[in-house]
Amino acid sequence: MTLYRNLTIRQKQIVWAWAFLTLPVIFYGVIRFYPTGSAVLISFQDWNLLGERTWIGADNYIQLWNDPVFWKVFKNTFVYLLLGTPVSLVLSFTIAYHLDKLRFLHSFVRMLYFLPFMTSAVAMAWVWRWFYQGVPIGLFNNILAKFGIAQIEFLNSTSYALPAVLAPAVWAGLGFQVIIFMAGIRSIPTSYYEAARIDGVGWWTVLTQITLPLLRPTIVFIVVFSSIGFLRIFDHVFNMTTNNPGGPLNATKPLVLMIYDTAFNSFNMGYATAQTVVLFTILLIVSLIQLRLLRSA
Amino acid sequence: MARQPGEDAMKWTNKTLFAGLTSAAALLGTSASAVEIEYWQYFFDARVEAMEQLIENFEAANPDVTVNMTHFPYAEYRTKVAASIPAGEGPDVVQLFYGWLNDYIEADLIQPLPAEQFPTEMIEAEFFPMVSAMQVDGDYYALPTAVRSLALFYNTRLFEAAGLDHPPADLDELVEMAGALTERDGAGNVTTVGLTTGMTAQDHHWWREVLVRQFGGEPYAEDNQTVTYDSDAGRAAAAFYEGLSSEHGVTQVGFMDEPQAAFKAGRAGMHIDGSFRIGSLNNTRGLEWAVAELPVGPTGTQSNYSSYWVNAITTKAEGERYEASVRFMEYITSDEAMQIWLDVVGELPARPSVGMTEANATHEVYGPFIRGLEYAHTTVFANESAQRQVLVDMLDRVSLQGQSLSDSLAEAAQAEQAILNEYYAD
Repeated sequence: MTLYRNLTIRQKQIVWAWAFLTLPVIFYGVIRFYPTGSAVLISFQDWNLLGERTWIGADNYIQLWNDPVFWKVFKNTFVYLLLGTPVSLVLSFTIAYHLDKLRFLHSFVRMLYFLPFMTSAVAMAWVWRWFYQGVPIGLFNNILAKFGIAQIEFLNSTSYALPAVLAPAVWAGLGFQVIIFMAGIRSIPTSYYEAARIDGVGWWTVLTQITLPLLRPTIVFIVVFSSIGFLRIFDHVFNMTTNNPGGPLNATKPLVLMIYDTAFNSFNMGYATAQTVVLFTILLIVSLIQLRLLRSA
Repeated sequence: MARQPGEDAMKWTNKTLFAGLTSAAALLGTSASAVEIEYWQYFFDARVEAMEQLIENFEAANPDVTVNMTHFPYAEYRTKVAASIPAGEGPDVVQLFYGWLNDYIEADLIQPLPAEQFPTEMIEAEFFPMVSAMQVDGDYYALPTAVRSLALFYNTRLFEAAGLDHPPADLDELVEMAGALTERDGAGNVTTVGLTTGMTAQDHHWWREVLVRQFGGEPYAEDNQTVTYDSDAGRAAAAFYEGLSSEHGVTQVGFMDEPQAAFKAGRAGMHIDGSFRIGSLNNTRGLEWAVAELPVGPTGTQSNYSSYWVNAITTKAEGERYEASVRFMEYITSDEAMQIWLDVVGELPARPSVGMTEANATHEVYGPFIRGLEYAHTTVFANESAQRQVLVDMLDRVSLQGQSLSDSLAEAAQAEQAILNEYYAD
């Protein structure tokens, strides 16, 4: 105790600061950083969860590089990103822009858009999965059949399956993005709009010269947020294709599903963690690029 | 099953009772001191209940042994078992899926069954033949209490409507009857399938162990490490299976999402599935169904696929705990235990002496499954889900990418061989 008493006030403040910080530091160390570090180690080992771990150098990474399924999955992951992010961005902005102008039943409509975000992804994926079935149970195909249009194999197709799986994922995230966009639109000072109106500027110019530029931080946030989401897409794909995970013929398989499959069906933990490290690196690079963009804003 | 509050107290009284008995026995100088062993299995209501009965019976007959059962969620199997046994904790007797046997042996988690109590000749004479998959390098490592097999479920209401009065006996009749049961709407879309198909469900077993053999082939070589279905027989079996939808139009792969869903909804005339499906079909209101043995092949060959959970003694069990574990293993693989398991869980007995009794073998629901065990095979999987995926992809390449069936089959055989090679390499 005398040791403590002899400290200066500044030193005592530091001691207290660290005392309060210990809990989160220990938590992050044990729950986040330690597993991350050991995942990197395991990626250089051969381990089936039961036996000994053996060091095999970069074999897992070499296997990954030569695995055609990995490249297919890698491509899929970026298709989810490059299709999902712009589509959800444009949709959510359009909805937010018009919803902002809507007075009648405003909060009710906003709630309708937000509901899917609060719904469990698993339940939603299964409902959409049934929507996509053929007759006699599929909603969409029953409608098509009613008009005498040929059936569309939404999920059992190498070209339609990925967009079909992506659609509910976009829909689910929409509510959140709409809310963020509306907050962004509301935070733009009205004086700009008043000045524009006095000058007699058209709505298009107002949109492109005032609203969009001032929404830039909001847009960057949503892009970062939804990009990470689409790069990590898993639950929608997993639940909509449980019988043929990531199928047909790996057409919908994202990286996270491949990791899951390698780890918990093949019990090839080393190979799975190597994939995880690759995913981690991709996420890191994408986030860093986007943060750089955010800062320059 | 949630533990009832009173249950622990009851167990405790039982234990004190047994303790009393054992001390009395000790006074008389007949029995050794009390031993406690651990039994582990995954959590499933009926399995836990059946095991509780078995433990009770065993403890009554062996008052010097106490068996503690631990159950845990299925998903935690590997981590829990793998972490605990090397640490000297965990089970003395453990239940595991037959397909994991090699992994468990390699990781030194289980030990061979003693030849004295479980001689090879006895096992081969008294158990259904597919149990031989549990023999590795001459030693038996594990034995099942209960097994599962495939059979043909059929919707009796649809059969009656189509004027059919018996289940199909062979594959030709299967196709013919399925044709009579199939219904389409005005646009030609299937609204009721004659037979459900889809490699994602049980059909990959039906194709691999039943159809390939019925067309005169073998799915794997003797050592289970070589794929041998890229043969004339394999091609014939694949052509038959693929032809069900493309040629005969009596089925549609993935109809109503899942085959069992189509059958449950009364939109499928016939459905090949495992004995584990009985329970959920029993609970389906308005569905009238019956079971038949799988149809025989073109040359009259019968075959079936069987899978099972086995019990094994872990490397943790030593000394008197080992002795007690062996006795427990003897009991849970006995005729009595198998009958209890059939009655409580609805899984089939692994011994013909129980299965082929008059009452069981002619049982209208269990009978066809049990009779199928006599000619059932067990696939020694390296990675079941990956090997199933190979067959799923084989058909997808044909239907979605227009690859020829024989090329696709060759590619599948190669892909599956790669999985086996990688597994047996280390």
